[in-house]
Amino acid sequence: MKTIKKLWLLIIILIGLTPLGLIIPAYFKAGSAWGEWSAEEMKNLVGYIPKGLARLASFWSAPLPDYAFKNCEGKPLHVAGIAYIISAGLGIAAVVGITFLVGRLLTKKGRD
Amino acid sequence: MHIPDGYLSPQTGGFFYLFMMPLWFAASKIVGKTLKARQVPYLAFSASFVFIIMMFNVPMPGGSTGHAVGGTLVAVLLGPWAAMIVITIALVIQALLFGDGGITAVGANCFNMAFILPFTGYYIYRLISLKSSRGSLRRALAAAAGAYFGILAAALFTGIEFGIQPILYHTADGKSLYCPYGLNVALPVMLLEHLLLFGWIEAIVTFLVIRYLQKEDPSLIL
Repeated sequence: MKTIKKLWLLIIILIGLTPLGLIIPAYFKAGSAWGEWSAEEMKNLVGYIPKGLARLASFWSAPLPDYAFKNCEGKPLHVAGIAYIISAGLGIAAVVGITFLVGRLLTKKGRD
Repeated sequence: MHIPDGYLSPQTGGFFYLFMMPLWFAASKIVGKTLKARQVPYLAFSASFVFIIMMFNVPMPGGSTGHAVGGTLVAVLLGPWAAMIVITIALVIQALLFGDGGITAVGANCFNMAFILPFTGYYIYRLISLKSSRGSLRRALAAAAGAYFGILAAALFTGIEFGIQPILYHTADGKSLYCPYGLNVALPVMLLEHLLLFGWIEAIVTFLVIRYLQKEDPSLIL
């Protein structure tokens, strides 16, 4: 098998394994990354929600926030895991599409 | 390390967008001249790898999580300028589709993870590999060292960006407007987390993939 094919196989395997990125932190009861708390978490940490943060935090409403379906909070871990795998697949599709497009554009320039 | 919306002032966010503009432009010029058409699939693979590896959150004792970026790995495969483009694409998709990293912070996040990280990692890799052969263990270890210090450098800048917020932006009664933690907290936390755990994850991931690629085809690495 050609190397690049093996590497794509690696990506597909990694997509299937992504729920580990949820399950392992949940097992160790680890929360958000430092400096990536939601406004409510922030309130628990420092006692108030900084005004500018409150204003900007909802600046953008992502379609799949935190690689999960909307209104899915509190659902069991396997639902989150499935959403995580679907998010990984969609994200990879978007990233591959854009990279190929950018790559084509860049390699066309300055040729022939 | 993905700074969300609201943690940096709009001025700080804007500053990093402006700072990155000429770098993105230079990257597209340089990569346009040097990238070969047969490398485009590797560009797409690299972007996918960076995207997916960042989904593998690793727990830190004490309650927070973090992850590898794979930026030095990409720089060793395709060069630091191509790495900048690849990581930028992954970060933009993460922000737009998944709200991982803020839209107003895309410039800052790209500065840390798509500029500081791959460039630091790549030049440390070059420095340590010297004239060793492409298939050598020394090269793989050099890439691992580059990965460790690359992500550490990115963490350093992230800590500074968080930490200067309460100094620059606060209300009359001393309450922060954006990130509430100053340099005295943000800097040591960001550095220690990466020094102790996430830097090692980045180094191990980089080492394993480079070692595998060396066995497959040493001409794949720079």
